[in-house]
Amino acid sequence: MADTTTPSRGFTLFPRLSGAAVAGILIAIFLMAFLVLPVAQVIYVAFLDARTGVFTLQNFQDFFNTTLFRESFANSFYVSAMSVVLATLIALPLAYITTRFNFAGTAAIQALGIIPLIMPPFVGAVAMSLLFGRNGSINLLLNQHFGFRIPFMEGLNGVILVQSIHYFPFILINLSASLRNIDRSMEEAAQNLGSHGIRMFRRIVFPLAMPGYLAGAALVFIKVFDDLGTPLLLNVNNMLAPQAYLRITGVGINDPMGYVISFILVAFSVFSLWASFLFMRGKDYATVQKGGGGLSRRDLKPREKWLAWGVILLILAMVLSPHIGLLLLAFGTIWSFSPLPDGFTLQHFGTIFTQSSQYVWNTLIYAGSAAVIDVILGTAIAYIVIRTGLPGRKWLDYMATAALAVPGVVLGIGYLRMFHGIQLPFGLGQMSSFWGIIIVALAVRRLPYALRACMAALQQVSLSLEEAAESLGASRSSTIRRIVVPLMTGGILAGFVTSFATAAVELSATIMLVGRSSDAPLAYGIYLYMQSPAGRGPGAALGILAVVIVALGSYLSQRIIERERARQAMTADRP
Amino acid sequence: MKRTMTFSALALLMTSAAAFADTVTVVTSFPRDLTDPFKAAFEAAHPGTMLEVVSRNTNAAVSHLQETRSANTIDLMWASAPDAFEVLKEEGLLAKVDVQSEGIPDQIGGYPINDPDGSYYGFAASGYGIMYNTRYVQANDLPVAEEWDDLKRAEYNGHVAMSSPSRSGTTHLTVETLLQGEGWDEGWATWKWISGNMNTVTERSFGVPDAVNSGATGFGIVIDFFGLASKASGFPVELVYPSVTAIVPANIGVLANAPNEEGAVKFVEFLLSPEGQKVLLNPAIMRLPVNPEAYADAPENFPNPFSEDFAPGAIEFDVDVSGARYTLVNSLFDVLVTYRMDDLRAAVSAVQKAEAAHADSGNDEAAALIAEARALVEAMPINAEQSLDASFTGAFTISRADPDTEVVGRQAEIEQEWDRFAVENYRQAKKLADQAAALK
Repeated sequence: MADTTTPSRGFTLFPRLSGAAVAGILIAIFLMAFLVLPVAQVIYVAFLDARTGVFTLQNFQDFFNTTLFRESFANSFYVSAMSVVLATLIALPLAYITTRFNFAGTAAIQALGIIPLIMPPFVGAVAMSLLFGRNGSINLLLNQHFGFRIPFMEGLNGVILVQSIHYFPFILINLSASLRNIDRSMEEAAQNLGSHGIRMFRRIVFPLAMPGYLAGAALVFIKVFDDLGTPLLLNVNNMLAPQAYLRITGVGINDPMGYVISFILVAFSVFSLWASFLFMRGKDYATVQKGGGGLSRRDLKPREKWLAWGVILLILAMVLSPHIGLLLLAFGTIWSFSPLPDGFTLQHFGTIFTQSSQYVWNTLIYAGSAAVIDVILGTAIAYIVIRTGLPGRKWLDYMATAALAVPGVVLGIGYLRMFHGIQLPFGLGQMSSFWGIIIVALAVRRLPYALRACMAALQQVSLSLEEAAESLGASRSSTIRRIVVPLMTGGILAGFVTSFATAAVELSATIMLVGRSSDAPLAYGIYLYMQSPAGRGPGAALGILAVVIVALGSYLSQRIIERERARQAMTADRP
Repeated sequence: MKRTMTFSALALLMTSAAAFADTVTVVTSFPRDLTDPFKAAFEAAHPGTMLEVVSRNTNAAVSHLQETRSANTIDLMWASAPDAFEVLKEEGLLAKVDVQSEGIPDQIGGYPINDPDGSYYGFAASGYGIMYNTRYVQANDLPVAEEWDDLKRAEYNGHVAMSSPSRSGTTHLTVETLLQGEGWDEGWATWKWISGNMNTVTERSFGVPDAVNSGATGFGIVIDFFGLASKASGFPVELVYPSVTAIVPANIGVLANAPNEEGAVKFVEFLLSPEGQKVLLNPAIMRLPVNPEAYADAPENFPNPFSEDFAPGAIEFDVDVSGARYTLVNSLFDVLVTYRMDDLRAAVSAVQKAEAAHADSGNDEAAALIAEARALVEAMPINAEQSLDASFTGAFTISRADPDTEVVGRQAEIEQEWDRFAVENYRQAKKLADQAAALK
């Protein structure tokens, strides 16, 4: 960091790169090397004639001429939009109740709200279908006692249900962080003018929390649009992302359409992001905080308390159902065509006990480092995009967010193409099979999550606070360090938690890059078990282990935020 | 954190030190249940040699080998799907090595065990069967389906699952076997009627046994060891072999430029040796040994593909025909069945309803409508000859095509045409069947 006494403001005669510009260039280089170039190495075939190898746009014309692809596009759009709606319905009450009222167990509920993000590969779909499928527990009971079934999991409905349960935490986390940052005086002013209840929420509170909500909603929308895992596990393939995947990964298949679809997914994600920028443009969401603030919390009347608990428990039961299924799977013996497993056992945990410590350490190191990289990059990009006038700064954001649309397998192949054959010094071997490259891949894939959270947090910090600091003689860098970053803490932590939690169970890029079994993370271990009938129980047990570890991590960071807030509020309230 | 980093760096150094010992590195799609017993048995038989197992699914393994060919670090590829080995072989990624083994015949169930060029070796065999969940069958009061044709019947509507041939090399062979056994048109008709009864086409081949084990579906078309191993793990499932089946070997091949070729050959020879073959009978593995002598120790009722009464209708599988139209068949199945599942299901149910309504009404008009609807469901956009025409199949095999062959059309164009054909026919079939059902 620069010396705090040098005034970095003011104009110099010599064009000199500011710290922000240097950071921007470094980030751009990082993204070019680890995202844009590797991906370009794979998807450039979208622009080539498959036989002659000359440049052509024919493939794109084919795409738009194909009924199946047009339908897939419409299905993907419908599913994404409906998932945002359903996810909002789940997240809004949770966020509102836990941030507006004095409510026991707020930290626990917020941490539980993150668990759905940690859905270990393969196991989740099995658990869901054992509970909600056509012959799942609920439908078996319904059919037995009432003679009918509810098609929870059929076709696109199933995808919408699973996706909104899986991704609503994006909205919950970002919205909660935003709600906490709203200045109490806004609320007090509204109350003085006679507004309260739902009207105040609709006119004052929710609009002020808009950056967080929109950040979350945009993430859900883009993520659902680009997600291939869930539709594939539910065997729905008339959507765009699974179509791309199916055409890229068949053995010996070399269909350029897969890459065309990948390209279109990337382009559409950037477009949606741009649309959400347009929506936010010209609105100022910043509130002048007094170094703590947040909405005043009030106590609930007994009746309201029961209602609140009822709503929360209902939502939690719904969103945690896959994990309840997972738990039954991990402790159950045989579970087949029956509402509950035939018996219970600890044996599966015994099976994984001996081998899991390596996986756990690797996961913690990989996901933890990736999340740290993500919040550093996320904060820097957010600052550069929102606070500086660097040319092309928006492209940093677009580039980073485009990572959402890149299928993990494409990134994995891109890395192999780019980094194989590069020998690392110190006996670390091939760069492409070095475990560090897994961290980079995870960081790149999860960067959009952290970035959106950081952006939302920064949008709520008023520029006047920074100006005040600078007019008191603080340099730019110390303003960032002492004023901006502390005010963004909530958002940064939210970004850390989402990146960490989702990186811990990512598989698609990892499976390409794991060089030897001693470098493997948990998700890979789950994959190994889930390849055989006997491995279902141990796989689920390993999944439970992953969930517990990540949930503990999130809970601890939640506690840290709460304590930090309490400390700040106390100092602020002191006369 | 820092300490763990140092630890892992240390661990890394130690593992690279261990690499100086005799290590054989194998990339495999097999589950740990299969690799662990082999690793233990091999290391016991060859003290001082270590087997390093890298697990990847077949697709990831092939892509990884293709991308890292310039500095290959893997000695062996070990997987089921013969097509993955064909791809590797054509790209020159497999080495031709001399492997000593005794007592292994040339063929198993009409399929050659080893690659004729010696690029890869079959070490275990697998057949295809129908796997079913006994609780499900009992609860739904269904008879057991023993032949492919049984699965076409209306009573199985919504009770069947299988994987797509483009996703699973083993399923591809099942599809191709039936096409060769029954003929192109009849074979496809069978697949369409069976598919009309499906409740799902899974994306992973393991999705099918998973669905049957959990009772999500009653019947699954699977490779036998999925059924046998599920049963051995305690799930309430059974497996039957239909009389038209194919037996295909699971393979192992030494890679070109293998860092430890000598060790790799040692492992292949171990797999084919009597001791190695015995490991296959482990209840969690349950694959059929390729050495007939190994069956002497097999548990009771263990299927023996070398015996007379095993799958008497097993056909002589033509590898060349299968290879020539490999991607075409995959694409055709996806376009006509997988991606148009809902349309196909609607048409098939409508026909089944109409047939039930007129089972003995003797209404000629209805019978004619039903026959027309059936023909529409069964209609194929191309015939058997076209499926083997190089100028046509070339559109689907860009990477491996012979540059001299004139190719007609692009894959996307052809698929769009098929798609229109399928959607229109299924819609029309449903309309006719509904009309027939409405007749008194």
